Amino acid sequence: MDGMNNAKNFIDVGGLDDIPPLGARVVATALGDIAIFRTGGGEVFALRDQCPHKQGPLSQGIVHGNAVTCPLHGWTISLETGEAQGLDSGCTPRFAVKTEAGRVFLALP
Amino acid sequence: MNMMISARKKLVVIGNGMAGMRTVEEILQRAPDMFDITVFGAEPQVNYDRIMLSPLLAGEKSFEQIVLNSLEWYAAHGIELIAGDAVVEIDRGSRVVTAASGTMRHYDILLLATGSNPIVLPLPGVGREGVMTFRSAADVDMMLALAGPGRSAVVIGGGLLGLEAAHGLNLRGMAVSVVHLMPTLMERQLDASAAHLLERSLTQRGMAIYTSANTASLDGADDTGPVNAVTLKDGRRIKADLVVMAVGIRPNTSLAKASGIDCDRGILVDGGMCTSDPAVYAVGECIEHDKACYGLVAPIWDMAKVAADHMTGAARRGFVPVATGTRLKVSGVEMFSAGAFMGDETTDDIVLRDAARGVYKRLVLRDDRLVGVVCFGDTRDAGWYFQLLKEERPLGELRGTMIFGPVSSAADPNEALACLADGAEICGCNGVKKGTICAAIAAHGLRSVDDVRARTKASASCGSCTGLVEGLLKISLGAAFSETAVKPMCKCTSHGHDEVRRRIKGGILKTIPDVMQALEWHTPDGCASCRPALNFYLLAAWPGEYVDDAQSRFVNERMHANIQKDGTYSVIPRMWGGTTTAAELRAIADVVDRFNIPTVKITGGQRVDMLGVRKEDLRAVWRDLNAAGLVSGHAYGKALRTVKTCVGSEWCRFGVQDSTAMGVALEKATWGSWHPHKVKLAVSGCPRNCAEATIKDFGVVATEAGWDLHVGGNGGIKVRATELLCKVTTEAEVMEYACAFLQLYRMEARYLERTAPWIERMGLKYVQEKIVDNAELRRSLFEDFLYAQSFAQVDPWAEEASCASRGLKYDAMAEMV
Ligand code: SRM
Ligand SMILES: Cc1cc2nc3c(=O)[nH]c(=O)nc-3n(C[C@H](O)[C@H](O)[C@H](O)COP(=O)(O)OP(=O)(O)OC[C@H]3O[C@@H](n4cnc5c(N)ncnc54)[C@H](O)[C@@H]3O)c2cc1C
Ligand code: SF4
Ligand code: FES
Repeated sequence: MDGMNNAKNFIDVGGLDDIPPLGARVVATALGDIAIFRTGGGEVFALRDQCPHKQGPLSQGIVHGNAVTCPLHGWTISLETGEAQGLDSGCTPRFAVKTEAGRVFLALP
Repeated sequence: MNMMISARKKLVVIGNGMAGMRTVEEILQRAPDMFDITVFGAEPQVNYDRIMLSPLLAGEKSFEQIVLNSLEWYAAHGIELIAGDAVVEIDRGSRVVTAASGTMRHYDILLLATGSNPIVLPLPGVGREGVMTFRSAADVDMMLALAGPGRSAVVIGGGLLGLEAAHGLNLRGMAVSVVHLMPTLMERQLDASAAHLLERSLTQRGMAIYTSANTASLDGADDTGPVNAVTLKDGRRIKADLVVMAVGIRPNTSLAKASGIDCDRGILVDGGMCTSDPAVYAVGECIEHDKACYGLVAPIWDMAKVAADHMTGAARRGFVPVATGTRLKVSGVEMFSAGAFMGDETTDDIVLRDAARGVYKRLVLRDDRLVGVVCFGDTRDAGWYFQLLKEERPLGELRGTMIFGPVSSAADPNEALACLADGAEICGCNGVKKGTICAAIAAHGLRSVDDVRARTKASASCGSCTGLVEGLLKISLGAAFSETAVKPMCKCTSHGHDEVRRRIKGGILKTIPDVMQALEWHTPDGCASCRPALNFYLLAAWPGEYVDDAQSRFVNERMHANIQKDGTYSVIPRMWGGTTTAAELRAIADVVDRFNIPTVKITGGQRVDMLGVRKEDLRAVWRDLNAAGLVSGHAYGKALRTVKTCVGSEWCRFGVQDSTAMGVALEKATWGSWHPHKVKLAVSGCPRNCAEATIKDFGVVATEAGWDLHVGGNGGIKVRATELLCKVTTEAEVMEYACAFLQLYRMEARYLERTAPWIERMGLKYVQEKIVDNAELRRSLFEDFLYAQSFAQVDPWAEEASCASRGLKYDAMAEMV
């Protein structure tokens, strides 16, 4: 994760309060929607808002632990790695994200 | 003729029914290699549980569920089954039997198990189409072919069999009348008091009971046409599309008589079940032993044992008839009787009568011993009384308290069970004793009712003792039983749904973190399976207090719209009872134009679906729909969905009640309520049932007399038709019963369990006890529902459309382009 954050161009995308705990919001980008998740433990993760299964919007899923369950067919995706959990396999791209002083910063590659 | 030479003796069984096959099973247990066995059966099926024809008729069981010996079983034991071919001749000289098809078999030993024939009264018109008896699977097929909602049935005979037939046909939606010759129902099993309670309870279920009534004729449109009415001797006429004659049985002795075997009422047998021909044995309803004939399975199982002992030479004990008890298999009617329940001048009575609860118990005593018992309305202690009766034990001090049962104050029913002696019979049908079951549980490590059933046959016949078997498992296994039996909600906890619900109420737990803390959840914030369940359980437990947790809702409920496969949403406004107006349709048309909504469709739930709405347009769509008075249809929720209606008496030429108005009223009262799963209602204006009410969670069907209330139906992968909850007369009653039923379901079912599986798990009877039989409980459930609704009836669209900050979830947080 640290390696990913180095020398990136972080952009302020909003306040941490704009994302409900155990929830997500999307940021519209030229690369498509990116979902920013906020876990129960206060961590923030960014994944492409597309499930590796059939492109379900992960931002609309249920967040639990460091994972999200897709709203369309219930795959569970790790927020840390973007990998599908359990018996399912597939991966969704991650993006560098960090919080500072209550603000959320996202970096695009 | 089969001339194969074999070292084994040749056994031929005539009658592939309960007595014959049980005897074969007993023989195989004693001497598996002694005989080559051939079984002739007049019926085309394998051996099935005849007792279960009543639940089969009522739709509570399928034929597969009542099969006792499958074709594989016959094959595995090398038994030749010749089914659908009745034996027509026995040549005792050459020891050969011949069947109708001409098939012959030689025997060394012959077993007659031909059962009995239903008595057919020689009434004018008895040969008409639509007149039948109730004895075989074929009879049930015939009844079902003619049964159906809105049609009428007359059952002649108000005994055990007649009432079970009447009950089954009533559940099939027929208008059922019972014509009984005697002044009271089931006079051979019940005294007058219990019979009156029974009559009341059947009348409440919508049956018409005619006692002291004698049938004069079975009528049709012309001399030979199908039956359409029954005329009584006093001139009364009852409409009938179907007539069932259930007036008694007569041992089937014709074949034995014709071959010269001694018969009187039945085939005469000695204590070893041997007939006047030493090579011929007989068992079951066809026999007469010591001047008595039998019509229940318990003594027949004893006959099977004795016959097997003698035929294999395993033992020489004789058949000793024991007292038998009777239960009526009508769901929701608890009744048991045994022994000399009528009493006479040499007996004393102890009677308990609780008219309000519909409970009546009568114990008949002679010389300090129990000789007869009748229980109605509460049969929990029947097993204990029956045991006292059979043991003929002096009662002594028990006499003072026995009317209250074995442990008068036992709050825990298992305590009463624990008090039973090992010799106490648990399963009356199969004569299995408490000690046998407990020993089997210990010796074979049995874990479930199915295990016990397979090992001991307890609860394998009529099934009314299943609860007792479960209790014995609990007593024997203690905590291990509940642990193995209860499935945890999900991998985050070891507790099952019911336990969690109980602890939420009992422990006054009011938030999801509270629950997870108190119940030691294994994960920090649950998962996608337990969080929505907990959110619902808390919402149901603490109306008006609990603050809904949006993050524990599935996307559709969080967004108040249905997500589609491309990430857009569908929007379905409510159309009360399927009705709409020009203004509503105009508003919908305008919204479709304004937001370029690609598809508009009429749903299967009688309303309009707008499909393909972009997430960011949702709030504006709702605002415009709200402005025209349209509110969310909750098409996305584990919530009240639709109340479908038909046009009913306002317009339809068949309608007997205003089903549309009733449906609108129900939807107005119930919209906004959250449930364990989706809930659908429907109201039809007559039994033609155009609103498909009988596959809904709660279905209402109008009749001339009022309304039939049906519960527990659904479409889906496994279609399930509803069961009749009860019949009521007024709209106010429909409303009260519907809301009380929904409240019971909300408070007790497990999350994602629809009403159908919930009712299958609990039994219709359980629901009837709470909603139909207990008026006080029904009213309090109704009030609880209304109270919860006072917080729940808020249109989520209006809320979201007007609340600026919460609306944020519909828009992107930022745009980086
Ligand atoms: C829209 C509609 C189809 C239509 O165009 O007609 C529909 C659409 C869906 N149905 Fe349905 N059902 C619709 C009427 C029905 C009916 C007919 C009825 O209600 O009379 C049935 C059979 C009756 C019943 O419910 O038992 C029906 C039985 C199901 C089932 C099976 C339920 C079951 O207990 O087995 C499912 C699956 C489930 O809920 O788990 C289902 C699930 C669904 C879902 C929610 C599937 C999903 O998860 O996405 C569909 C949502 C589509 C959407 O986004 O709008 N739908 N569905 C109907 C909406 C009715 C309404 O006005 O609210
Ligand atoms: C609807 C219903 C509900 C009942 N409920 C209960 C209950 O709750 N409790 C209870 O204890 N008992 C109950 N009984 C009674 C119980 O089913 C009978 O006592 C039991 O089935 C009798 O067994 P059986 O073998 O003597 O006769 P059956 O089971 O009738 O078997 C006789 C068989 O022999 C066949 N047969 C006759 N003649 C020939 C021939 N010539 N060649 C070949 N085959 C022939 C018949 O077709 C039949 O299949 C009920 C009965 C019915 C009909
Ligand atoms: S159910 Fe009856 S009243 Fe309703 S439309 Fe059909 S026929 Fe008419
Ligand atoms: S699209 Fe996510 S599980 Fe199917």
